[in-house]
Amino acid sequence: MAKDKQLIKLDHISKSFGNQLVLDDLDLYIRENEFITLLGPSGCGKTTTLRILGGFETPDKGTVYFDGQDITHLPPNKRPLNTVFQKYALFTHMTIAENIAFGLKIKNKPKTYIQDKIKYALKLVNLDGFENRMPDSLSGGQQQRIAIARAIVNEPKVLLLDEPLGALDLKLRQDMQYELIRLKNELGITFLYVTHDQEEALTMSDTIVVMNQGYIQQIGTPEKIYNEPENAFVADFIGDSNIISATMIEDYLVEILGARFVSTDAGFGKNKPVDVVIRPEDVELVKPEEGIIQGTVTHVIFKGVHYEMEVMANGHEWLVQSTSMFPVGTPVGIKVDPYNIQTMHKPESEDEEAIGVEE
Amino acid sequence: MKNKKNLLAFPYLLWSAGFIIIPLCMIFFYGFTDKTNRFTFANVVSIVEGENLKALGISILLALIATLICVLLSYPLAYILSGSGMKQSGFMIFVFILPMWMNFLLRTLAWQTLLEKNGVINMILHFLHLPVLNIINTPYAIVLGMVYNFLPFMILPLYNALSKIDPSVIEAARDLGANSFQTFVNVIFPLSIPGLISGITMVSVPALTTFVISDMLGGGKILLIGNVIEQEFKQANNWHVGSGLSIVLMLFILLAMGLTAKYDKEGGSYF
Repeated sequence: MAKDKQLIKLDHISKSFGNQLVLDDLDLYIRENEFITLLGPSGCGKTTTLRILGGFETPDKGTVYFDGQDITHLPPNKRPLNTVFQKYALFTHMTIAENIAFGLKIKNKPKTYIQDKIKYALKLVNLDGFENRMPDSLSGGQQQRIAIARAIVNEPKVLLLDEPLGALDLKLRQDMQYELIRLKNELGITFLYVTHDQEEALTMSDTIVVMNQGYIQQIGTPEKIYNEPENAFVADFIGDSNIISATMIEDYLVEILGARFVSTDAGFGKNKPVDVVIRPEDVELVKPEEGIIQGTVTHVIFKGVHYEMEVMANGHEWLVQSTSMFPVGTPVGIKVDPYNIQTMHKPESEDEEAIGVEE
Repeated sequence: MKNKKNLLAFPYLLWSAGFIIIPLCMIFFYGFTDKTNRFTFANVVSIVEGENLKALGISILLALIATLICVLLSYPLAYILSGSGMKQSGFMIFVFILPMWMNFLLRTLAWQTLLEKNGVINMILHFLHLPVLNIINTPYAIVLGMVYNFLPFMILPLYNALSKIDPSVIEAARDLGANSFQTFVNVIFPLSIPGLISGITMVSVPALTTFVISDMLGGGKILLIGNVIEQEFKQANNWHVGSGLSIVLMLFILLAMGLTAKYDKEGGSYF
């Protein structure tokens, strides 16, 4: 299928800065027309990956393929992709029109073509009539839209976006998220988006690549990443969660903090130590006698849509989100539906432990 | 509250009144009066007299050449140091600025000794059987002195302007298809113009008005407008003509600064 065509392939990419290994043997492919997000904490290698794609860094080892061709050593100006930078990077000595026209003028496009493109791009980012303004006279959100317009007039096959909304305030950031989804659909090009904001990643992406310390932790759709995290790092990084050491007694039965829960997972073997992830909204608070584990509410915070509570039960502080409130000190029972218990292998070696959760 | 803060500026106001504004008024008074304190344009107009006009011409010419050489020497250096990301670039700048900590007169005197017919440089050249250098007491020596003395004033503002350019702006230009040369012409150079302008101003103004360098390295043979004015005050004891010529020189400086500032503002558009 054409939709599944691999447009970009990163093949065994490694990169260090000085003694610090930033990317270690990274493999990743990007499909055509995909909104793919590299998500991870700072220093996880996501920006370095983007910069290697943009041509601003050269990998120590490995090859970058674009449409089947090796572009590893091609300079940025020869690559069929454009970048939107974190801090906009507009040319402050040029007007908005000159900024947008920059790439086209370098390529010696005809004047009327350039004029049409400027008009079209400004309309696309909802900033018609801004042609003769200077970048400094624009707000942060407007400058970022100009940066996007400046990139897309060159009709790149891939748009690289390096935390483009990082400098904007919350409300504007949410508006821009919808704007970016709309843009992506209108242009029909591939977006590679880099962010440390999990909510941003969940909202916009077709595919999320969770990274930590130079390794890919999990690749999948937002739903898959959220509902079925593959390891404790992903579970902890995406949303709030209860990550608890447990024992897989047998298939479909797991012992958590001394109590037995029915689960939907199988194939771990008998009496295997595992980690389980239970999302706070999946923890059900009931009367003590109806619960599998009994505990006491220790904290209550009102969060608007729901209450966030902490429940001390069997030596673990459970994070619970619920629309009904139980006051501090109330004895409660805890129930979890079998399909809401996500079982994960425990990290085996020291090495794997190192890339896990950092508390 | 605000008035109290304003009081803090009082010492400086006193200083500038005493040592800038009053002397300036005196120059204008002397410049437009004759020895009987009657109003006249004669002092100012005396600039067109042969000797004076020639001195002004040479001054402008030598100042322009010295400024140009400073730009050609400083720009590549400042560019390399600002872009290198070297940790030592601050130290390198310090090394170039270091001679400025020594007295201006001493430095110029040192050049005099170095350049003399039987000076250090010619001794070395003679020893190596190379042709000797006879530039002492010529315009070349004066330009050399100007460049040597004023070079740091060009390097510093250029370095500041170039290192202030956000690297991601340069990457953006490359990303949009510009090669390194196009990036320099369209982005880096235009963004460094404010530094270039202040460098040009800071070199050309002292070069245009100097009389020490021409005295020491020109051997009194080449008169710059600064020397003419100095002689009017000190030897001819004619404060009126000296002030009149000073006013003309000030006009030239203001004109030059106005022109460069205008170019700086228009420098916004490059396509």
